[in-house]
Amino acid sequence: MTTRKILLGHGGGGRLSRDLIAQEILPRFGEGPLAGLPDGALLEFGGQKLVFSTDSFVVHPLEFPGGNIGELAVHGTVNDIAVSGGKPLWLSLAAVLEEGLDLALYRRVLDSVKAAARECGVQVVTGDTKVVARGQCDGVYLNTAGIGVSIEGFELSQGAVRAGDQVLVSGTLGEHGMAVMAAREGIAIAGGVVSDTAGVQRLVQAAAPFAAGVRFMRDPTRGGAAAVLGEIVEDTSIGILLDEQAIPFSPGARAIAEMLGLDLLHVASEGRMILISAPECSAKILAAWKALPEGENAGVIGRVSEDAGRVILTTAIGGRRLVDIPRGELLPRIC
Amino acid sequence: MKYIEGFRDADAARFLHDKLAATGEELAREGRTVRVMEVCGSHTMAIARFGVRGMLPDTVSLLSGPGCPVCVTDAAYIDAAIELAEREIIIATFGDMMRVPGSRETLAQLRAAGAEVEVCYSPEGALVLARNNPEREVVFLGIGFETTTAPVVSLVHTAQAQGVRNLSVLTAFKLVPPALDALIADVEVQIDAFLCPAHVSAIIGSEAYRPIVEQHSIPCAVAGFEPLDILYGVQVLAEMLAQDKPALVNHYARVVRPEGNLAAKTLIDAYLEPVDAGWRGLGELPRSGLGLRERWSAYDAAKRFSVSTRGGSFDPRCRCGDVLKGKIIPPQCPIFGKVCTPDNPVGACMVSSEGSCAAYYRYSRTD
Ligand code: SF4
Repeated sequence: MTTRKILLGHGGGGRLSRDLIAQEILPRFGEGPLAGLPDGALLEFGGQKLVFSTDSFVVHPLEFPGGNIGELAVHGTVNDIAVSGGKPLWLSLAAVLEEGLDLALYRRVLDSVKAAARECGVQVVTGDTKVVARGQCDGVYLNTAGIGVSIEGFELSQGAVRAGDQVLVSGTLGEHGMAVMAAREGIAIAGGVVSDTAGVQRLVQAAAPFAAGVRFMRDPTRGGAAAVLGEIVEDTSIGILLDEQAIPFSPGARAIAEMLGLDLLHVASEGRMILISAPECSAKILAAWKALPEGENAGVIGRVSEDAGRVILTTAIGGRRLVDIPRGELLPRIC
Repeated sequence: MKYIEGFRDADAARFLHDKLAATGEELAREGRTVRVMEVCGSHTMAIARFGVRGMLPDTVSLLSGPGCPVCVTDAAYIDAAIELAEREIIIATFGDMMRVPGSRETLAQLRAAGAEVEVCYSPEGALVLARNNPEREVVFLGIGFETTTAPVVSLVHTAQAQGVRNLSVLTAFKLVPPALDALIADVEVQIDAFLCPAHVSAIIGSEAYRPIVEQHSIPCAVAGFEPLDILYGVQVLAEMLAQDKPALVNHYARVVRPEGNLAAKTLIDAYLEPVDAGWRGLGELPRSGLGLRERWSAYDAAKRFSVSTRGGSFDPRCRCGDVLKGKIIPPQCPIFGKVCTPDNPVGACMVSSEGSCAAYYRYSRTD
């Protein structure tokens, strides 16, 4: 690492984050289930296959159009378990609260946790609360950890992806990141943009009958779809070819991204998933997804190519360009 | 959003490509080139994002110019901002500036070491910071071309009207036309036509480019940011070259008026005056920037805290100057993509998403 301090960009989900993990975490903990850095650890225990995952949540503002930090904390861990091929069952909930936090706001957050957990079919079974002095945290930090059981049939691995496979997304991309940024910066646009925060566990269930053809699943959170796809092809002999016109984006997210000069492929979603399937299964999975309300805008957005290590986008005017893994913080342009 | 779609149509793009190819070939037969410089960083980014460069026929090339405000920011300016931050002054800045290399370090590194450097999405953010920290001094980094100048000027205006006294601006405003003059004067630079900025022209007006056309016979086209706007602009420029009829055309008339935005110009003029300015890579150009007039010196951070924005040094390996002048394209810089990457930018052109090196790296790297 060329810098001797932690930069904000180290938490952005892009290259800097990955370097930090590769250089500091993997050498210490990288043997065993953490190897390969899956979203959730696959653990065998008493003849059962379990999926275990954890995530911490800091978001500013705490409430944003479409949700608050409470449902985000549930969905984040539920989704990590789901895309690891698990059915989420139990969650822990730990909160760090700032002195002076408005109790009414904390109640809204907890009510959202409760509603989201019910919606996702998980139970909050243990927890912890700490309070720190004013200024030592930003209102509320949450952490959730979750346990699920592995769904029969999924054999997921990045290494199983091969040329000819199809790339599916379950819905429009980037709304969560744009909703939070718009709320933070006070950007108001007609029609608005609402966070997509939601559980993806039903989408995973819907794909389960075709599990043999499912190579890989992940939820495109920080770093967006570009980070997920970039990581799959990096240092491999495969690439991905995306068709810009096939990628679902909502008009609101698009307008804000245009305004700030951001690429929506770099922007986080919190209720979407990317799935790579064998070509013969993609139509069936797509049909199963489209039958669900959360899969209404699902689509095949591209395919796995032989263009080693590169994610290429065919643009709407017929040009071609590289889709890069974002580096750190997303910073809006100046003019 | 129908509006956006309308300008990204693939069939129209193909049609323009074919026309451009025919014109390019006609010129090539006469041994002439079509080297078009896109002056503005937003054009550079749009060209990269939509893969426009790859759609051009071989006979036509698009070169990036000095129109990305971050790229032309001098190392000395960053040094001055760092010096202020080290004096416990709160620095408020657009995000892109965080990673621009100064002579020794960047503002991002300084922030990680504990300095207060706050990212703002608009100049008003600095006003909020100043109000929330009445016992502290806040300095806003006022960089940019004619487009960002007006909002920063209104920041000074509001600060004065509301009696906010702990806010000032470290100015490094730049003007587009003097930079184009400097490029034309450089005998090593070979540019056949200019694709002129969209937003900047909305302020200064398309007539600002008239002298370039009349004195140097170089065709100029003002074009919008949509990929079809850009392709169309290039095609029109090529046609003017083929017919030997250099002219000034405005293809962004839906936004740009010949005289520009008079209200903004009047506002700018009331607060700012032309000054000599240092450009990264191009050096010091006479009357190529804007600084606060004497009567507003209380808001001029350089005067208020006596810091200099001159001098400074940058990595000798950096070829940003040649990139900004269109003498080389980014991959021709020996350290492009190897030593110099968006994670570890050596030159400013690798920092902003509008910088031509960053755009090449992100969207068309071939390694
Ligand atoms: S690649 Fe880096 S060092 Fe080379 S010209 Fe571009 S910014 Fe400067």
